[in-house]
Amino acid sequence: MIELDNVAYSYGGAELFSALNLSLAPGSFHFLTGPSGAGKTTLLKLCYGELTATAGQVRLFGADARAMDRNAVAHIRRRIGVVHQDCQFLDHLSVAENIALPLTVSGRTAQPTDVTDLLGWVGLTRQAAQTPPELSGGERQRAALARAVIMSPDVILADEPTGNVDAEMSQRLMALLLELNKMGKTILIATHDLSLIRTAKAQVSARVLRLKDRKLQLAGADL
Amino acid sequence: MDMMRRWLDLLAGDPQADRAVPPTGFTARLTVLSAFAMAFLAVFALALSLATGRLADRWSSELAKTSTLRISAPVGQVDAQRDAALAVLQTTPGVASARALTDDEQRALLAPWFGPDLPIETLPVPQLIEIIEDDAGFDVAGLRARLQAEVPGAVLDDHTRWRAPLVEAASRLRLLGIVSMILIAGATAAMITLAANAALAANAQVIRVMRLVGAQDIYIARAFIRRFTLRALTGAAAGTLAGTLAILLLPRTDVAGGFLTGLGFQGWHWLWPLIIPILAAVVAFAATRHAALRTLKEQS
Repeated sequence: MIELDNVAYSYGGAELFSALNLSLAPGSFHFLTGPSGAGKTTLLKLCYGELTATAGQVRLFGADARAMDRNAVAHIRRRIGVVHQDCQFLDHLSVAENIALPLTVSGRTAQPTDVTDLLGWVGLTRQAAQTPPELSGGERQRAALARAVIMSPDVILADEPTGNVDAEMSQRLMALLLELNKMGKTILIATHDLSLIRTAKAQVSARVLRLKDRKLQLAGADL
Repeated sequence: MDMMRRWLDLLAGDPQADRAVPPTGFTARLTVLSAFAMAFLAVFALALSLATGRLADRWSSELAKTSTLRISAPVGQVDAQRDAALAVLQTTPGVASARALTDDEQRALLAPWFGPDLPIETLPVPQLIEIIEDDAGFDVAGLRARLQAEVPGAVLDDHTRWRAPLVEAASRLRLLGIVSMILIAGATAAMITLAANAALAANAQVIRVMRLVGAQDIYIARAFIRRFTLRALTGAAAGTLAGTLAILLLPRTDVAGGFLTGLGFQGWHWLWPLIIPILAAVVAFAATRHAALRTLKEQS
């Protein structure tokens, strides 16, 4: 689904990583770890066409990302749900409208049940009419997850989804992501929360990748 | 037909897309105000262009078929020379009619300079004869030669000396009106482009989020295009109405006289201002579309 072959990325003349290979198979579950500044967020951005690799090839659903124009990237984004650490909402819209935004921009009419079901799934039914600034950190992350899955994407990329929430909310979010994986979704989570990884590995066969010293390595039993 | 449907779709809009981009008060007011001012000026430019066009046509057609004979003679000989000149003119091929202006008519001609009740009979004012040509026209050189022989005090003016510069001046004024309208359209496009750029910059975060969830650039651009097109249409409609009312309130020609009071519309020409709001909307549509797509491309 998403493949990176010998990919390098440089920013401001400095090479963030190089010779990086990654393949996300359908239904797989991956964690991406590494110290702050190692390039986890950049790697995720390469995976949804936000950035273009400076060397190597990124293939998104079989297509070369470098050859894609903005319209093609927009179409790819509808097949990849993204959850950001800072959520990135439109603060003047309600939670329900934010969750329905991917449907709106793709020209599809959001059915009330689509949004209602998702709000119920992430436990935000009562907050539907509120605006994002009125939500707590955990509620915002759950709303972001609901928005990421409303288009029923094949892949879900999450960047530090538990970075701003307490342990209990982390477990709740992870349970939702595990549920999505059981439904056949491919999941890639960038996190430095090792306890979260340990908990998840107890329930699902997940690969843990570590981005360190500009290389991507398969993490061992030291987790 | 397809173009018309696209325009109607654009104006009808997508309420959800409109909700996604929050309105910015500053650019909204700027666009409406500039469209109002430009439409107001455009009404005057249009009126100037149409009025000078009429003036050029009138001078060209009316003066081309008339000539004036001026008889300057001692007081005792004026009547005799007038009669002799009329006799010559009546037998000149190409002259449809010729008549001597009455004292009242000559007094009216001089009134703008000397005021009313001028004792014209006591002044050495030349006698004027109005000559109207037929379609074939007369031989000017031949007539001058005959008059020189038979009416020594007569001077023939066939108006060509000053008709051409007047018609050219009127034509230049008409061109000036058209150029003014083009400049107004250009200035409107520039102001709307600036306002659209400001709105796009103010909504950078909104654009980022919409792209994140899969919005195409044209979808994002349409939200801005529709908004600016409607603002320009609204402002220009108000400006056109105000400009047209101002033209209506100008002094009437028969009251004040002179060229400037002829500024305005006549007959079905009153419908011409209706095109101004439509043109403003078209200019706003094109300017916003260009600005939005270029800015979105730069932000890629």
